Amino acid sequence: MSFNVESYFSDLSGKNPILYYKGNIDSDLINKLLDTVEEKLISSNEHPRLRKRVYNVLVESLQNLYHHVGSVPAGFKDQTSEKFGILSIIKLDYGYRIVTGNFILKEEAEELEKKIVRINNSSHDEITELYKFILNHQRISVKGGGGLGLVDIARKTGNKLEYAFKDYDENTSFFYLDILVNGNK
Amino acid sequence: MEPILIEGTPKTPTIKFDSATGEFEIKGRSIPENSVEFYRPLIDWLDLYKETPNNKTVVNIKLEYFNTSSSKCILDVFKKLETIHKAKNEVEVNWYYEEDDEDMLEAGEDYESIIRVPFKMIEIVE
Repeated sequence: MSFNVESYFSDLSGKNPILYYKGNIDSDLINKLLDTVEEKLISSNEHPRLRKRVYNVLVESLQNLYHHVGSVPAGFKDQTSEKFGILSIIKLDYGYRIVTGNFILKEEAEELEKKIVRINNSSHDEITELYKFILNHQRISVKGGGGLGLVDIARKTGNKLEYAFKDYDENTSFFYLDILVNGNK
Repeated sequence: MEPILIEGTPKTPTIKFDSATGEFEIKGRSIPENSVEFYRPLIDWLDLYKETPNNKTVVNIKLEYFNTSSSKCILDVFKKLETIHKAKNEVEVNWYYEEDDEDMLEAGEDYESIIRVPFKMIEIVE
């Protein structure tokens, strides 16, 4: 059942990213990626609104990986990364795509997919209400996530979350998430 | 009561909470992975402050970025301020946002709709 996650990821995400990373996701790495991307956005002279949106979505994407990735399956070649993730950022004429990939336990994948479907089926106003409801009623989980990351991404971008789950082994799936960030909602 | 003064870092904001003047400020970026750890001392401090608050507390929020886990902690800060306000003390929140940053304006409006404390939305025009 296992497959080459990197080629799977690259086939879906496409070529010529302005930034590509695969490996362990820790706090220092997040700092470095954020700095690098911020410099690129400033040097590309992006409109402040788009620049901030891309930065915000990147923060949430990386911290989603940091808080939620499943452990690396036994058959996977990189056994040194405690929290293995892939990130690719692709520049478009009218915005950016922020694409992530990570392993997730199948039992958690089901819940995650339900959540994404709910977000994708909601209007912008419903997403805003959902955001405020979770903000006000849900506590920060033991994993350290607030349960708001994806809702916030959908709200800020105004776009549907493109995603895929692919079985990796008996217990693990590979989760692919493709976020379009453009200037307008 | 001693004021809280915390220097900002690339991931955590500058904090100035002064009980003597009743002026509080949160400024910069709040995007740590573990926001609960960062905000806990502030919440503890506010628990003490609310026992003997100033007649007027002015809170200036000047955030450039904040992540969703900070958003819950910031709400906890506001809930403490709401308690102070309910006890018949004046509390005012000034929510600053940069010109055109409608996401930050919306974030302020989210809090304004949840917390029963007067908010002022202030656009910073460069």
